[in-house]
Amino acid sequence: MGAGHAHKLYRAGSSPVHALPPHTKLAAGFAFVVVVVSTPREAMWAFGAYAVLLGAVAAVARVPAGFLLKRLLIEVPFVAFAVLLPFVAEGERTEVLGMSLSVSGLWGAWNVLAKGTLGVAASVLLASTTELRELLLGLQRLKLPPLLVQIASFMIRYGDLITDEMRRMRIARESRGFEARGIRHWGVLAKSAGALFIRSYERGERVHLAMVSRGYAGVMPVIDEVTASRAQWSYALALPCAALVVCLLGWVL
Amino acid sequence: MTASLEVSGLAFAYPDGHQALFGVDFRVERGERVALLGPNGAGKTTLVLHLNGILTGGTGSVRVAGLPVGKKNMAEIRRRVGIVFQDPDDQLFMPTVREDVAFGPAAAGLTGAELQARVQRALDQVGMADFQDRPPHHLSFGQRRRVAVATVLAMEPEILVLDEPSSNLDPASRRELADILRSLDVTVLMVTHDLPYALELCPRSLILSDGVIAADGPTGDLLGDDALMRAHRLELPFGFDPRSVPAGSGPA
Repeated sequence: MGAGHAHKLYRAGSSPVHALPPHTKLAAGFAFVVVVVSTPREAMWAFGAYAVLLGAVAAVARVPAGFLLKRLLIEVPFVAFAVLLPFVAEGERTEVLGMSLSVSGLWGAWNVLAKGTLGVAASVLLASTTELRELLLGLQRLKLPPLLVQIASFMIRYGDLITDEMRRMRIARESRGFEARGIRHWGVLAKSAGALFIRSYERGERVHLAMVSRGYAGVMPVIDEVTASRAQWSYALALPCAALVVCLLGWVL
Repeated sequence: MTASLEVSGLAFAYPDGHQALFGVDFRVERGERVALLGPNGAGKTTLVLHLNGILTGGTGSVRVAGLPVGKKNMAEIRRRVGIVFQDPDDQLFMPTVREDVAFGPAAAGLTGAELQARVQRALDQVGMADFQDRPPHHLSFGQRRRVAVATVLAMEPEILVLDEPSSNLDPASRRELADILRSLDVTVLMVTHDLPYALELCPRSLILSDGVIAADGPTGDLLGDDALMRAHRLELPFGFDPRSVPAGSGPA
């Protein structure tokens, strides 16, 4: 599927991971994250094991480490929050490099950081090996409410169009000498946003008309049926199963 | 033989009281290409939305190949009447061209190889088969318009209704679309105020003005009647003389 123009999160390839049906990958990714989140934070080695597992998947998918790490930057704002925790949390305190830090805060920060990073890394891997379009088919297959899938798919289709409309409105504003500087101009921007909303709403009505004209009656017809063989399911679920073993060991040890 | 489209005594007022149609009567025979001309605000779009039952509730009736437009047979009516809207971005709402063309037939229950064959044929008819997996927003405007035509052709309609098909097209895309429309073996009703385009493609024209059919005849004759044209705010482009174009219009 898809030639030439793909979403920038996606990294085209023909690895075994790319070839897996989207719903198996979605299920595997979700299960992996659930397992990671339910691991006790004290079992630090377990998180290292998870990272190794993800590294193995990335290697099989031939996604370079640099690419993965760059995408991981999206996590930074959350990391900032985690860094604050040891300073603000209550309870027993300890000395690190001359600073008084909260012990529970340190554990909390580690917890957020480790689980968050693993979760984001798993999502980045999923996104870079699965096309947006396929993800939607996968969600549909996993019986996500059809309305949500439809909304997501319209977002993909019309996102660019609305951004473009926004750009045209900005050009029109600037062509008439307007420049947004400071709070006094927010009113103008707010009106533009309102106009954009109304335009999008009206487009929505026209699109609906076009859909109804072609026989839409509330349910999207299934055009591409995605299926997975038992082997494909077992490949995909190898990741969360391995993670589950690590998690259980983490609880026991 | 039953006509492809039969409109009789159609009148309609919008809920706000604005009356758009005041008794419209006309027939389009099977295989005809007819232009529906009229100035802005003449009621053209309102009329189009009656043809597949999006608007109902006025008086009069619309029949498509003998089947009356009404709640009971709406699904069949929408399959038989293919409307190509003015803005292809409104019409193409699926993530890829192929899925968009498949939408109508799939909604009608087609699946698998049969569905794929239908999509392939429709895209072949408009020369867009190589663009199947492209998202619509990465196509040029002319290409999008052609795909929009394909989405409707895939439903194998009795009648193709085009709303301003030549709007926003550059001359080359305009000619390509004309070639495609001429090659189709389907009844066409073309709503437009692009008069040369009507003359090029449609042997017969209707003039809709103030909610009624004001004239019905060979396109060349109507366009050549200065008084008639002026009376209905229809103006030919500068320097265009319909009499200089041979009767029967463009290459057949």
